[in-house]
Amino acid sequence: MSNTTPWSPSAREREREIYRKNLQARKRVIALISTVLVLGTFSAILLTSPGWDSVKATFFDLDYGKEVFPTVIRGLVVNIQLTLIGGVAIGIIALALALLKTTKSPALTPFRFIATAYIDIFRGAPLILIILLVGFGVPALRIQGLTNNVIVLGTIAVVLTYSAYVAEVIRSGILSVHQSQRAAARSLGLTSRQTMRYVVLPQAIRRVIPPLLNDFVSLLKDTGLVSILGVTDAVRAAQINASRTFNYTPYVVAAILFLLITIPLTRFIDRQIRLGSEKQNSEGLA
Amino acid sequence: MSTPVLEIVDLRKSFDQNLVLHDVNLVVPEHTATVLIGASGSGKSTLLRCINLLEPIDDGLILLDGQEISDPAIDVDLIRRKLGIVFQSFNLFPHMTIRENITLAPIKVQRKSRDEANELADELLKRFDLLEKADEYPDRLSGGQQQRAAIIRSIAVNPRLLLLDEVTSALDPVLVNEVLSIVRDLKSDGMTMVLATHEMGFATQVADQVCFLESGLILERGTPEEVLRSPSHPKTKEFLKRVHEAGRL
Repeated sequence: MSNTTPWSPSAREREREIYRKNLQARKRVIALISTVLVLGTFSAILLTSPGWDSVKATFFDLDYGKEVFPTVIRGLVVNIQLTLIGGVAIGIIALALALLKTTKSPALTPFRFIATAYIDIFRGAPLILIILLVGFGVPALRIQGLTNNVIVLGTIAVVLTYSAYVAEVIRSGILSVHQSQRAAARSLGLTSRQTMRYVVLPQAIRRVIPPLLNDFVSLLKDTGLVSILGVTDAVRAAQINASRTFNYTPYVVAAILFLLITIPLTRFIDRQIRLGSEKQNSEGLA
Repeated sequence: MSTPVLEIVDLRKSFDQNLVLHDVNLVVPEHTATVLIGASGSGKSTLLRCINLLEPIDDGLILLDGQEISDPAIDVDLIRRKLGIVFQSFNLFPHMTIRENITLAPIKVQRKSRDEANELADELLKRFDLLEKADEYPDRLSGGQQQRAAIIRSIAVNPRLLLLDEVTSALDPVLVNEVLSIVRDLKSDGMTMVLATHEMGFATQVADQVCFLESGLILERGTPEEVLRSPSHPKTKEFLKRVHEAGRL
């Protein structure tokens, strides 16, 4: 484009350019001063507080942190496994629940009621209670063949609860697809099942990817709750170490490890969403 | 005379207390175009949606090639395969490319192979000058291109009857013609169609029969010459006068 006709900016445009550059420089200086002031104040308050030395020793003990790091990491592997296996199960169950709840098929009426009740119960009850009820209730039944493995029971509890959350997210996506899309598909002769499969669901899922991925990050964090059953995950590993030495650095290590996964994950997710919407920036996407 | 493609007898349709169509009788012979005119809310779109079985009717009969399709026991999916409808707002599937939009029904409904369906789609896209957009998503196309793609999508399944619901109303005036020229082509191919439109000039060119709807009733019908040039009913005259004032005739 520019190599066809040689162009040099007019005097007026050069002045504008200088003005813009000055403005940019001024903005950077203001941002810098503001940052130094705010962060400086916070660190000053923190570092001059009377208890800072003891907090530093009990929460930020670098040597102790290094020592407990391997055990916390081993615990974190449990959280990750739980998240991945649970995530797949949640996806399948939630999709089934969402489809059942939106179906109009008369044959599926009882299942529609069951799905509604299921979602009401597991979305409404605190996750930690479900974990306790499943974790201690199921073994108490003493049914032959039922597992007493706390990792399995903890995973089941998390899956039960998260399926209800995710089902509602997927359902809201299904309902957000405009009626005219269904009309267009049905008028082409697609059956209601084909319409759901090829027209409604793909658009619905795309729209709810951001909330779904948020739920995925929450899931990773909430797998830490199964530690109350005695599962040696990252939280539990930190707890064991901390209660042994009365030094809370393991908790900070665990927190940092969780953040090391969740922050890049959310950034990656945001990027994928942005790329996806650039490729196909349609009304079908938020 | 052979069996008409579409026949409507004493059709009645209401939404709750609101009577939107009544005493509608219509015969659409093969290879002809019937144009529905009338103000917004006169029942044109509802009539098209009833024919396509998107709306259940209160009373009357709809016959397609002599078969009653208003029978509640009928398999609507089977009937809709014989009918094509194009909407005012295009309703292309935004998550599919233009080619995928067009081949969806041939593949899933008519069970054609993907290659066969693609070949058919590309042939139609080429004919209607849209082949270079085959791999684009709908939102990358202009309104006129989207509507052309929507028309191609509905004729790709070889419908017996094509219903066009104000297909140019959402387009800016410059783009209207490229869409209308497709409809003209289809008409000369012998496609049987029923269309609702506000483009009176276009109606004059393609229509074999013009029906003027007012408050859910076909008040006047005849050739375009009769209805559009020398209307007899005062309501038709008034409507055409308003259209004329709006500069659409």
